[in-house]
Amino acid sequence: MANFEYAPAPESRAIVDIASSYGLFINGEFIDPIDGTPFKTVNPASEEVLAEVTAAGPADVDAAVKAARRAYDQVWSQLSGRDRGKYLFRIARIIQERSRELAVLESIDNGKPIRESRDVDIPLVAAHFFYYAGWADKLEYAGLGPDPRPYGVAGQVIPWNFPLLMLAWKIAPALAAGNTVVLKPAETTPLTALAFADICQQADLPPGVVNIVTGAGETGRALVEHPDVAKVAFTGSTEVGKQIARSVAGTAKKATLELGGKAANIVFDDAPIDQAVEGIVNGIFFNQGHVCCAGSRLLVQESVYDEVLASLKRRLGTLRVGDPLDKNTDIGAINSAEQLARIRELSEVGEAEGAERWSPPCELPDRGFWFPPTVFTGVSQAHRIAREEIFGPVLSVLTFRTPAEAVEKANNTPYGLSAGVWTEKGSRILWTSSRLRAGVVWANTFNRFDPTSPFGGYKESGYGREGGRHGLEAYLR
Amino acid sequence: MTVLEALDAARVSEITASETSLRRFLHGLPGVDQVGADARAAMLATRSIKTTAKKWAIDLAISMIDLTTLEGQDTPGKVRALCSKAQRPDPSDPSVPAVAAVCVYPDLAGVAAKALAGSGIHVASVATGFPSGRTSLEVKLADTREAIAAGADEVDMVIDRGAFLAGRYGQVFEEIVAVKQACGDAHLKVILETGELATYDNVRRASWLAMLAGADFIKTSTGKVAPAATLPVTLVMLEAVRDFRDATGRQVGVKAAGGIRTSKDAIRYLVLVNETAGDDWLDPNWFRIGASSLLNDLLMQRQRMSTGRYGGPDYFTLD
Amino acid sequence: MSPAAKRRKGTERGADREHRPERLAVKKTYKLYIGGKFPRSESGRSYEVTDSKGRFLANAAWASRKDARDAVVAARKAYPGWSSATAYNRGQVLYRVAEVMEGRRAQFVDEVAAGEGTTRPRAEKIVDEAIDRWVWYAGWSDKLAQVVGSTNPVAGPYFDFSIPEPTGVVAVLAPQNSSLLGLVSVLAPVIVGGNTAVVTSSYERPLPAITLSEVLATSDVPGGVVNILTGRVGDTAPWLAAHMDVNAIDLAGAAGDTEHATELELAAADNLKRVVRAPAAEPDWTKLPGLDRMTAFLETKTVWHPMGV
Repeated sequence: MANFEYAPAPESRAIVDIASSYGLFINGEFIDPIDGTPFKTVNPASEEVLAEVTAAGPADVDAAVKAARRAYDQVWSQLSGRDRGKYLFRIARIIQERSRELAVLESIDNGKPIRESRDVDIPLVAAHFFYYAGWADKLEYAGLGPDPRPYGVAGQVIPWNFPLLMLAWKIAPALAAGNTVVLKPAETTPLTALAFADICQQADLPPGVVNIVTGAGETGRALVEHPDVAKVAFTGSTEVGKQIARSVAGTAKKATLELGGKAANIVFDDAPIDQAVEGIVNGIFFNQGHVCCAGSRLLVQESVYDEVLASLKRRLGTLRVGDPLDKNTDIGAINSAEQLARIRELSEVGEAEGAERWSPPCELPDRGFWFPPTVFTGVSQAHRIAREEIFGPVLSVLTFRTPAEAVEKANNTPYGLSAGVWTEKGSRILWTSSRLRAGVVWANTFNRFDPTSPFGGYKESGYGREGGRHGLEAYLR
Repeated sequence: MTVLEALDAARVSEITASETSLRRFLHGLPGVDQVGADARAAMLATRSIKTTAKKWAIDLAISMIDLTTLEGQDTPGKVRALCSKAQRPDPSDPSVPAVAAVCVYPDLAGVAAKALAGSGIHVASVATGFPSGRTSLEVKLADTREAIAAGADEVDMVIDRGAFLAGRYGQVFEEIVAVKQACGDAHLKVILETGELATYDNVRRASWLAMLAGADFIKTSTGKVAPAATLPVTLVMLEAVRDFRDATGRQVGVKAAGGIRTSKDAIRYLVLVNETAGDDWLDPNWFRIGASSLLNDLLMQRQRMSTGRYGGPDYFTLD
Repeated sequence: MSPAAKRRKGTERGADREHRPERLAVKKTYKLYIGGKFPRSESGRSYEVTDSKGRFLANAAWASRKDARDAVVAARKAYPGWSSATAYNRGQVLYRVAEVMEGRRAQFVDEVAAGEGTTRPRAEKIVDEAIDRWVWYAGWSDKLAQVVGSTNPVAGPYFDFSIPEPTGVVAVLAPQNSSLLGLVSVLAPVIVGGNTAVVTSSYERPLPAITLSEVLATSDVPGGVVNILTGRVGDTAPWLAAHMDVNAIDLAGAAGDTEHATELELAAADNLKRVVRAPAAEPDWTKLPGLDRMTAFLETKTVWHPMGV
């Protein structure tokens, strides 16, 4: 009997309307840059140029910060919490109404499968705005003192892996707390942030409360270093996080940083194996592994190593790699040529260091940036692929014998963002999770997110929390 | 690729030798996390099966149907009508495949056998005090023999859920073995009635218990208890048959029954089979759908795909 | 005044008070407090401590880079035990510190009065406040998690909770002026949450810190939980700020010295230490502290678990 071949099931692109070029969103309007220069954003699945956007120059950033400052002084800080909340509710609703458009746009610009942008990213974006909208008039109950105050202008720099979701994580609490923002989306994924600017207009958000400046590292630097920025929020690499920590040293700026990770996903011998395998797959192959909290180090108890590996490999054989807009795609495109090169390089290092490399047979499209789901076995803690964040669909498998050894290996990294624990034994879960030096521990699950749930790292994975009551703390003094 | 320990005949008889060893084995199977299993099934339910794939899946689904009537009001006439529908589901379109089997109560198995003679369609009869199974083993065996004698070549037995939940695995095991023996060459489908088993851990254990006892098929439900078949329960059972074949080399089929009414539902089950147990189970010999109203919905979808317009129930026979 | 003259003056002052020239005073050698022991500085150096009038009080150990290193090792070694002690236990240990301090109240009053140049009544008030601060923080140990933790009503079948956990090893630059109350105000909040500390004391007024280390050693605080370095902050702080096994730093002791504080903050960025910045001027430590100094050295851990049968 023939195989059950799923015919292509592409989501229609017709719903999105991408302009040929975009200015900067400053003071409620799309404007031409003062000293910015144009650059192109491409669809990583096809290398097709999607639009020309603007790399904001220092003068542009200055204009944006000034607009935000003005909006803070004259409008936003004068508004009641209740009214701020209403704007946020309005934004949440518009996001829901435009969810399909945003999902398609996200997948086109980022390369992530439409299933994820549709079922994970965009619903969470709306949920974040809903959640923080409700806080806006209840800040005195947040446990941060009787009269918590906003900082003023928040400068926010976000990564390309969850473009609109990271925007929501940044903008929703900032506005709820009464700050105004200047946000810089990642160089390779500016389009949904620009669509969000349109949503701000649609919501009649007062001009200057949200400003979007596109660009690369230099634009981000200008924003972070701008003297009128009172609060810096960054999600991205640990390397840049350290630069930001240095740049705010000696200033009054408050910084929160959500950085890299090298999470251990620990599978004990009494784990629910089938769900653990799903968790491993979700942990490292969700969003092509472009996830700071990805479970990139699998730690398997030796007694179930063969079982888990066999199950995992069989499961990887069913992963569908390809067109991000196909509703059945599990793994989409790598976000950029640059990122692909890094993944390739580290994978080659893994091989050179003696780890065994395996990928399921899968056909990759000719154009665009692609990398097959890859598993390295025979990895030790000393290998670079077990220490460095690869930020791609590459899993390193290590083994352990005792719970103490598992915890020791899991913690043996400068990072501390997340971890996974799989066991059917309740007390072992609590024992293990209390010893893991990580900000989020997923027990018998992985990569779950919710606006009510604080997220953030220990050690070099950064500081501050996003989500929940704790997430407000970053935007109030 | 072996996921579990290899189980040769000697090991199997060791496991099934006593209540204690059975319990030890069944409780040693990896647990099933309910939320994780639900999430996996829900994710697979988002698969979008279109155009050629959908066409193929609809025909496959039709060919996997155990067209069922299990009502107190069943009559020979009703069963004959069902049998004719089973052979030519759409009288206007001979390209529609026949269903896999017709499933009836034992007293009507003879009617079905006669109506289906020579068609290649199997005659399935429920037995063993269906649906509750609350009769003595003697009655169950008599029930089974009657069905076989009447011409059933497939027997859908129910397990004693009370015994299973009370932990009397040995009793459940012995009953299945005895019924299997009574079946002779007929295929034995063992109904777990997962809606009464309460947990997925129990579903997995009951699946293994049935397979160890010789089941040719494991089946979700009688259709008389809610919930009947669900995607996650079927997922757990598909994992069980997959792992059982890895361990023993013997392939066991799965039948999802009850509550599968639409083409969309049916295709979701096929996706589940495809991405869990794999290709080898995408065959009427290894996967069945117990249903009655599903067939017309599949036919309606099929017609829409070939004609490009939506159909209406008046254009499909109600039997 | 030359060091020798200061020393003479100090000696004279002691003799004046005693009026018992026949009894030769037993003088104490002031040392560092590392890992529950009182070692001399690895540098072999000490410096003269004078009172607010410049009169000699004692020689204090001049901690070096290597002493800071040893202190971090001791603090790291003490971390697993202290951080996993029950909150109830930590609360009792902190309360015990207050008890032992109370017994040496007079000594602290002398040292604060001499070092800070305040009146005795004022010094008494400061010491009382410092003792009470331990009591205040002691009570926090088993309430913090309830106040700053949460269960999170996520939209799905998961039990999700967030709890505070200690950050790790914290370097504490104790205030330069408020040598006891300031010290306690920055130290107690660090250890109550389960962190271990390496403290650099006030340079000019180290005696209350030294006496506090004796209090800590004779109370129930496990060795290494608090390590106290006397000497020039500039000699040890940069090493602590740059140390990759230190997780956080409180720059209170660099108040008013923006340049130094900025350098330390820059160094701290190397491993993304949590930094409590130096204020422009030392604050009024008598004010009730609030949660900030505790939460600054706590991490929030969120744990998810499915809810199913």
